[in-house]
Amino acid sequence: MLHLLWLIPAFPFASFVVLATLGKRMPRKMVPVIGAGSIGLSAVVSFLVTYSFLTSPPPGNSFTQVLWTWIDVGGFRPEISFYLDALSLVMVLVVTFVSFLIHFYSAEYMGEDEGYSRFFAYMNLFVASMCTLLLGANLLLLFLGWEGVGLCSYLLIGFWYKDPANGLAARKAFIVTRVGDTAMTLGLFLLFDKLGTLNIQELMHRALLQWPVDSTLPVVAGLLLLGGAVGKSAQLPLQTWLPDAMAGPTPTSALIHAATMVTAGVYLIARTHVLYSIAPTAQLAVAIVGAATLILAGFSAVTQSDIKRVLAYSTVSQIGYMFLALGVGAWSAAIFHFMTHAFFKSLLFLGAGVIIESLHHEQSIFKMGGLRKEMPVAFWTFLAAGCSLAGLPLITAGFYSKGLIIWGTWSSTRGSTALWIAGVLGVLLTSLYTFRLIFLVFFGEMKTRVHKRPGFAMMMPCVVLGVLSVVGGFLDTPGFLGNIHTFTDFMHQALPPVTEGPLRGMSELGSEGLVTLAFLIGLYAAYLFFMQKRELAEAITAPAISKALHRFWFSDWGMDWLYERVFVRPVVWIARVDKNDFVDYIYSGIALITELLYHGVRKTETGRMRWYAAGIAAGSIIFLAVVLFL
Amino acid sequence: MALVPMHQGLLLAGILFALGLVGLLVRRNVIFMLMSLEIMLNAAGLAFVVAGARWGQADGQIMFLFILTMAAAEVSVGLALVLKIYHRFKTLDSDAVSEMRG
Repeated sequence: MLHLLWLIPAFPFASFVVLATLGKRMPRKMVPVIGAGSIGLSAVVSFLVTYSFLTSPPPGNSFTQVLWTWIDVGGFRPEISFYLDALSLVMVLVVTFVSFLIHFYSAEYMGEDEGYSRFFAYMNLFVASMCTLLLGANLLLLFLGWEGVGLCSYLLIGFWYKDPANGLAARKAFIVTRVGDTAMTLGLFLLFDKLGTLNIQELMHRALLQWPVDSTLPVVAGLLLLGGAVGKSAQLPLQTWLPDAMAGPTPTSALIHAATMVTAGVYLIARTHVLYSIAPTAQLAVAIVGAATLILAGFSAVTQSDIKRVLAYSTVSQIGYMFLALGVGAWSAAIFHFMTHAFFKSLLFLGAGVIIESLHHEQSIFKMGGLRKEMPVAFWTFLAAGCSLAGLPLITAGFYSKGLIIWGTWSSTRGSTALWIAGVLGVLLTSLYTFRLIFLVFFGEMKTRVHKRPGFAMMMPCVVLGVLSVVGGFLDTPGFLGNIHTFTDFMHQALPPVTEGPLRGMSELGSEGLVTLAFLIGLYAAYLFFMQKRELAEAITAPAISKALHRFWFSDWGMDWLYERVFVRPVVWIARVDKNDFVDYIYSGIALITELLYHGVRKTETGRMRWYAAGIAAGSIIFLAVVLFL
Repeated sequence: MALVPMHQGLLLAGILFALGLVGLLVRRNVIFMLMSLEIMLNAAGLAFVVAGARWGQADGQIMFLFILTMAAAEVSVGLALVLKIYHRFKTLDSDAVSEMRG
């Protein structure tokens, strides 16, 4: 059944075409049936493919499906071909499944919106692009999907285009990720120029043969690809677009954050892991970027007041964990965290959507409260996801995936104590901002009345994802807790295992114990400040220094401020100075000539038949003369 | 039967065509313009027939049949238009009917 692979991106794409062309004319009830149904079909195909992959593994544990040759010029011959191995299989499975739930949810959430069919069309194109990205067997096809998700994020963030602020956020997301994409394009050029192919497997093979370890070329290529990944995955220093991307509809946030765009960078690095294995410097950069991002974004998340922005910073921070794992060579741990993160983060966004909708579009967590009794289903699912995000020990998926990463930073040869400390500090911060959110929204006194209650289509995905955020972790447990390695073993078909360094005086149990401690400290701090003694929190934020710090973290470590001054203003200034550029005269000259010609030609259209006849006769004579005498 | 030299036939066709064209350009009455068109069509037909006779092939005569058919169709459409124009503008002056200018 592996040959059904091409259907996975094909279904959403077909649905996109149908909705984009006929969406406005079809009955409103048909739109979600096509829009969500196509993703459902993709998910079914993914399950079938997975089943067949597991029961009768293809030779070499990978499967390539060549559909047709895309371009064939001068030895450059990329194909439209799909490559399936354990890595892309897990990614595609999670992406299609979670996307289906999000689409299902959107059917109700967006139900009264004007652009109902437009929304589904964009979302479908998003999923189609993401599947292309994941399955592409060569970097060019991967890049096609890569740009596709970039385009769709632009369209979806600016979905409510009537508000200029949304358009601004969409442009920001587009341009900031474009900075990363430029680096990635250069990386692709470099790889093709030096190794002569863009087929990923072939490329990795040749890189391994031709390039000595830690020489300039692989390091540069690795850093350039990292640049692309940093842009898409909203890591330092290009993370500024993600919090602003909250301008889009909430299901879009769920899709961008959980299952599609931001994990593209993680996938890119995991896909090209061979390159990074011969470029340790570049890999170290990945780890440092990840560690720095997860701490910085964690601090920013603690200070936010908009429920969606808290979650946005949380995503930045969790993707930081994945980068950290990639950086220390714990490849499968990164993908494991990707999977659990997809479950709980999409649920958190969907839950936030439920809350926002029922509180009449209130987004500030300081105006919420006491929703525990009012909306029990929303509360329990949100709590499950929140605990999973924070890493509640033993029962939640997030605990296992994060624990695996943090243990990897300690035990791997490429890990270090500093990275490990960053990871544990990240747990503390995560636990703090997650429970701050939960306590403020669901406990205490009610501040805004519940205005309407969501129906089945919105709650069903939440419940399914809630269950997965808990049980999803049992695929892989540490040595002292049942020692299950199902996920890791499966991933090792495609990704190398962690190369364990000399044990540096701490066992896995000790590491997990300290992670648990960090979790508990965060939980207790949140409880103390936001449940028991609110005045304590106010006392801490009162002094000038902590106010300044709060503002600093709240504004994303002043990053926007800095970029505004370093890049945006100079460019705007240059553009203003250079308004009357000489080059422009050429183009406006061409436009002017065309316009004059138009006015001249327009005069000949007189409506006088004999003029036309004379024109035809004269033209024929001139034509004949030219043919006969020249 | 004495064969007419080809160039004489073609000359006649050319003269007829030129006359038709001049008629089309100088006349303002739509009916006369239609008649001039017919003359030009006949000139073209004559050229075909002459050429067919010169090379002893039936192609020229077949083309002439086509031209006849086309001329008939054109006249029927043209006369219908003439009737409509007269009905509406009470004139057949083609210059007066120049409402379609851009």
